[in-house]
Amino acid sequence: MPSKLKQVVAPLAIVTLIVAAWWIAVLATNTPIFPTPLQVATAALGLVREGTLWDHVGASLFRVGAGFLLAIAVGIPLGLLMGWVRGAFIALNPIVQILRPISPIAWIPLAILWFGVGDVSPIFLIFLASVFPTIVQTAAGVHTIDRRYLWAAENFGVSRYKLFIQVVIPAVLPQIIVGSRISLGVAWLVVVAAEMIALHSGLGYLIIDSRNAGNRYDLVVAGMVMIGITGLLLDSTMRRLERLPIVRWRYAR
Amino acid sequence: MPAKLVAANIEKSFASASGRLRVIAGIDLSIADGEFVAIVGPSGCGKTTLLNIMAGFEHPDRGHVTIDGRARSRPSAKGIVISQQGSVFPWLTVQQNLTFGLNGHHVDKGALARHYAKLVGLTGFENGYPYELSGGMLKRAELARALIVKPEILFMDEPLSALDALTSLQMRAELRRILAEERHTCVLITHDVEEAIQLADRIIVLSQRPATIQAVFAVPFEHPRKLAHPDLIELKAAILREFGL
Repeated sequence: MPSKLKQVVAPLAIVTLIVAAWWIAVLATNTPIFPTPLQVATAALGLVREGTLWDHVGASLFRVGAGFLLAIAVGIPLGLLMGWVRGAFIALNPIVQILRPISPIAWIPLAILWFGVGDVSPIFLIFLASVFPTIVQTAAGVHTIDRRYLWAAENFGVSRYKLFIQVVIPAVLPQIIVGSRISLGVAWLVVVAAEMIALHSGLGYLIIDSRNAGNRYDLVVAGMVMIGITGLLLDSTMRRLERLPIVRWRYAR
Repeated sequence: MPAKLVAANIEKSFASASGRLRVIAGIDLSIADGEFVAIVGPSGCGKTTLLNIMAGFEHPDRGHVTIDGRARSRPSAKGIVISQQGSVFPWLTVQQNLTFGLNGHHVDKGALARHYAKLVGLTGFENGYPYELSGGMLKRAELARALIVKPEILFMDEPLSALDALTSLQMRAELRRILAEERHTCVLITHDVEEAIQLADRIIVLSQRPATIQAVFAVPFEHPRKLAHPDLIELKAAILREFGL
């Protein structure tokens, strides 16, 4: 098991090194405002004792989950359509490429105008951020299906339904999973920006509020660390999908 | 003998960077029912294009293909293609691959799959995924998936050339054994002259691109054929002479 041990020890050593460097830097520069790792941990523990940390994490996860699921529900069918029907690609691709580079932050004023300040606005922003990677990856997946598989299906004269269920969808599934991983990553990435307009919960709200209400940088950093750790857990959950038997062919060999 | 497949006056060219590229320049070919025809030619001579036209995946610029006297314009399960890279679906199990082509109401797809798995020597591998199989096993799976729909014609495009030499020889013998049990009309594209001699009833030699029929050899020997037999050695020499060797 030395390689398994290495998988735990090596990343842990890097993290320890960074925390140590941070600590030394704070002590050496004698900064009055930037917290040490211990202060951050104490602040986080304080939130845990109050019970508010889990509320913040839960609120953020709810918004990201809702926005992400909406993006999947819209993006995968749209991507399949754009990948399969040439006319749909020609008609829709320009508008997708125009909307895609607009940062969700630019949408904040419109989100407030349309949905007010509540849960809907952040969910809308997270949806916007994560729907485009899903569409683009799914459509690209359809476009890159190996022609020999489509020919084989055509050769056997199977119905359109069977072609879609047994050939097209499984052929694109690995790409859809990759697209979903990217989407969820982006969704989690924009949670802070999206929660700038949240009322009073969420990790993004925690960070903005801690800064505004008395420069509590220990809480700011605690929020950042929580975002990072949650993001890691989300990504490793998505990675498990890559081990499903139906997509193993893409990753085996 | 009645002709199963007729390719009449086939011509085909493709657009390329340097203008039209003529690939096939007039090929007439008639294949009898139950006959095994091998088409050999130098690489890049248009063999695969000819096969794709006969199987209905590509359309000739001129000429036409008929099967049982009826014009063929698109692929159908009457003639199944088995290609070099193979097209066994990697996301389906072997069993699901075998029954993929069964469209109608089949009494017992499982029993059919078992029968053909046994015929090609895949028994015990049905629940595995293709990436768990060796190259030779994959070929067996592809062959079984084709045979199960009872195609009248098997179009084989260098089916064994991606295999290692030993497996390729094994599969050659297997193919002969299977075809002895299930009678099919076969078209084999290959650049392996020995493979053609061991399998086919008739060998058609194509010229350099644009392809025309350069020579035709009958192979009137009983199976199993021993390549060391003087008649076969002589035939091989005659075919190789067509390639200037």
